[in-house]
Amino acid sequence: MTRRRAFTIAVQGLGGVAGAAIVLPAVGFAVAPIFHRGKERWEAVGALDDFVVDTYRQVVFTETEGIGDAGKTTAYVRKGAKQLGENPKEFIAVSNRCAHLGCPVRFVEAAGNFICPCHGGVYDFEGKRIGGPPVRPLDHFQTRTRNGQVEVGPRYSVTNQLEPVRARDPGQFTGGVWEYLYPPRPDTFPPPSG
Amino acid sequence: MKLDSLIPAPLRKPAKPGQGNGAKGPAPADLKTAPPQRPSDAQRLGGRAKDAPADVLAWVDQRTAASGFLTGMLFRKVPKGTNWFYTLGSATLFAFIVQAVTGVFLAMFYTPSTTQAYASISHINNDVFLGQFVHGMHKWGSSVMVILVFLHMGRTFFFGAYKYPRELNWVIGVVLLILTMTMAFTGYLLPFDQRSFWASVVGININGTGPILGPYLSDFLRAGPELGATTLARFYSIHMLLVPGAIIALIGAHLYLVVKLGTTAPPWLHAEKPKVAVPASPLEAGANGEDGGRP
Repeated sequence: MTRRRAFTIAVQGLGGVAGAAIVLPAVGFAVAPIFHRGKERWEAVGALDDFVVDTYRQVVFTETEGIGDAGKTTAYVRKGAKQLGENPKEFIAVSNRCAHLGCPVRFVEAAGNFICPCHGGVYDFEGKRIGGPPVRPLDHFQTRTRNGQVEVGPRYSVTNQLEPVRARDPGQFTGGVWEYLYPPRPDTFPPPSG
Repeated sequence: MKLDSLIPAPLRKPAKPGQGNGAKGPAPADLKTAPPQRPSDAQRLGGRAKDAPADVLAWVDQRTAASGFLTGMLFRKVPKGTNWFYTLGSATLFAFIVQAVTGVFLAMFYTPSTTQAYASISHINNDVFLGQFVHGMHKWGSSVMVILVFLHMGRTFFFGAYKYPRELNWVIGVVLLILTMTMAFTGYLLPFDQRSFWASVVGININGTGPILGPYLSDFLRAGPELGATTLARFYSIHMLLVPGAIIALIGAHLYLVVKLGTTAPPWLHAEKPKVAVPASPLEAGANGEDGGRP
């Protein structure tokens, strides 16, 4: 190795280190939110008696803080039904976010179905897909009861058999091999056990 | 030519050799009986004032040698058959410049905050002088630019102008297409009304459907699990700083290659046959006489 070549390599190496010292923190700054999980948030949405078994009640609560109305989301809440194999003491909160691309679905009482206005997704009473382009059932929110109030908490997704999994974005399949093709994101909460 | 006098001297197309007839005309026959007229001070100053713009250009040119480059670029040869379809690229560039200029002025009134974005757009549309017009130019101009990009791409494709040696320029053009779509996507959220909010939700979720990396990509775009305040700031930064810079740089590279490689003739024109027949080999030419052995 000549002196000239050694200097060339040394200067290029120093330049690389200096460049990395600027670029890496900037990139880290931009991608950091992917790995940041916010605080678990629970919000009371009504008294225990407000909810019944055979139909949903629409509740609106804050999912993302600090951005006003844009951070609110809608859930449809009912009591657990024995004939559906659910615990009658628990409450079911179904998200209104369509599992196709995230439009807001509406529960149509006469049909007993959830219907999406954007691309025609249809879900049955339990939130399972029965028509249109959605790739999985509607998401759920965790529920609990505190001081005679029903509280809703973090979002989680479900498989076609309604088994809880980590929350996925709309458009992403759940269950089986899809759990690996659409890996759970670090900023989502673990699903409720059982 | 009249047009020539409008073009500053350094940029003028050089006259062909042997065309001039001396700078000051023919010399007087007899200096004693007809001495040359001295111009008055007013005439001389007027002449100097008239030359001032050309002098300034010459001053710059002497220090940058830009005229050689500009003459080569502006007076470059274009193939026979060049037609209006060849202006689609320039039209796209013009659309981009309109977007850049109106965008800069919109940024003077826009507030990229989830609580104030919609109000600031309403303010631009309803209160600011010509605000609705400038906003409209930016809004409709974005669609115009996307349409022109595709027409330009179609012209390049159907005229076969992407073939050797212009493949790299096609690749750069495709990157510019992607960047233009990124601009359209990120700009759509900025008014922060119901339509732009839900369209962005859908768009981000489409990005999320890519396997393995998709979920992380949608998280990156939103800066979190849900579309929020940081999403708007992020889209605004991408829309007015990151992507425009990349587009300007790539347009520079795109144009450089266009000038360097020249444009193609339309496919319905075939290359002219050489006027002098070239013998395939000296031996053949000798054997078959003067016509070089060509049929």
